[in-house]
Amino acid sequence: MRRPARDVRLVNGWGKLVQQLDSVRAQIIEVLARMIQPGIPISGGTRIARDLGLDSVAIMDFVMELEERFDILIPLDQIADVETVRDLSNAIEALVKDAS
Amino acid sequence: MSIFAKFEDIRQTLAGLSESGQNPLDVRFDEIRSPVEGVVDGRRVLLFGTSNYLGLTFDADCVEAGVHMLRQSGTGTTGSRIANGTYAGHASLEKQLAQFYNKRSAMVFSTGYQANLGLISALAGREDHLFIDADSHASIYDACRLSSAEIIRFRHNDADDLARRIARLKGKPGCRIIVTEGIYSMLGDTAPLREIAAVKRETNSYLIVDEAHSMGVLGARGRGLCEAADVEADVDFVVGTFSKSLGAMGGFAISDLEGFDLLRVAARPYMFTASLPPSIIATVSAALMRISQDAALGMRVRANGLRLYTGLAQAGFSLGPQPNPVVAVKMPDRETAVEFWKQLLAEGVYLNLALPPATPGSLALLRSSVNALHTDEQIDCAIAALCRVGLRLGILEKPAARVIAPQAEKIALPAE
Repeated sequence: MRRPARDVRLVNGWGKLVQQLDSVRAQIIEVLARMIQPGIPISGGTRIARDLGLDSVAIMDFVMELEERFDILIPLDQIADVETVRDLSNAIEALVKDAS
Repeated sequence: MSIFAKFEDIRQTLAGLSESGQNPLDVRFDEIRSPVEGVVDGRRVLLFGTSNYLGLTFDADCVEAGVHMLRQSGTGTTGSRIANGTYAGHASLEKQLAQFYNKRSAMVFSTGYQANLGLISALAGREDHLFIDADSHASIYDACRLSSAEIIRFRHNDADDLARRIARLKGKPGCRIIVTEGIYSMLGDTAPLREIAAVKRETNSYLIVDEAHSMGVLGARGRGLCEAADVEADVDFVVGTFSKSLGAMGGFAISDLEGFDLLRVAARPYMFTASLPPSIIATVSAALMRISQDAALGMRVRANGLRLYTGLAQAGFSLGPQPNPVVAVKMPDRETAVEFWKQLLAEGVYLNLALPPATPGSLALLRSSVNALHTDEQIDCAIAALCRVGLRLGILEKPAARVIAPQAEKIALPAE
């Protein structure tokens, strides 16, 4: 799988930070869409494991992909609290802010 | 709603596996006749999926040591070492293990699973960070769940990725603890330990290596990949099991670090479980002595692994990346893997069916393991059986012109 460019790394101040955080959910959905069968709709309320049929290893691999994209660490213990795309988006936004 | 409703997916998977004959997850051996032969449904089968790498389960000295101790000390300890005390055998085996690895201390656990659970969960505290290989064994993942540390996966066998991830911590407080394995149990590949040890040194981290599948198999003295890769001085903790090369049950951890013995009153999977029965300790001690004195055992299992790997590769199978005593055959899909496994058992060869999510990369695998007692003829017999099934199922395109492995002893041994 080709690794995406790290296009959201925070380097240019608050304006860019806001812009980048806006796109977090879109990027999560983009990565997820590549991992599942085409045509399954994904939104903020989509439950990543239950609705998309991803097993535990697939979810961890997906998270690893997001770590690369956002240049952050997403500890596995935090993933345990994540159920929906929205939960994950919120967690990543917090981690991105923390890392900037 | 039934309390088991959450397992509905598993129920359906099991039903599918049982549809046509033998359920691979429910094999019943009528008899185990030797480390290389068993009986299933009244039929003899060659054992190529036991992880009994040195074939010591029927070793006469080990059996006699166990029988003697069973008569002398009874069937069990009936409690933990903290509650019921340490037996002389526990202490002497720990000393023997420490000497075998040339390290200061060893701790014996009741299973290999508990050794990882106890060591990792106790070492990694609230502000610490555990960096585990993505393909880690379930016991390592479960240890992480029991730990209070932050858990980060790094890409399988990728030391650069590990270094990048550790760097992302920047100045965060806490210890960095790296966990890797010697031989990975699913694909049979080894960790790039020299590179990982270099990252450990550069980042001032601690390094744990699980040698469950490599103890007795790799290294001139059988001390595993750490010895074979010449990084023993960099490795802070080695974890291992008695249930593979040593042919019994139990686990251990060893270390040179001062303070290691504090884990005896900090590692809950050590503290709150019954200690190993004296008879098992005695068989393990005899097996460890055998490994210490007989380097030929390790050479034979490596040569046998190479023979199986080479034969299957020449036949056209897609295999794991390295020839080791664990040889994984990649199947095109789950259904083919199940059918292949069943037909192979009917051909008289038993190995392991490994399916996602227990496998890396969602692979469906037939996982085989050789041991030091397999003869060349038995290995060639297994290769031929795999070829027959492979042709029947269309995995091999045409009859292999030559499926007999080359003389193993003429080929350079791997990982040495």
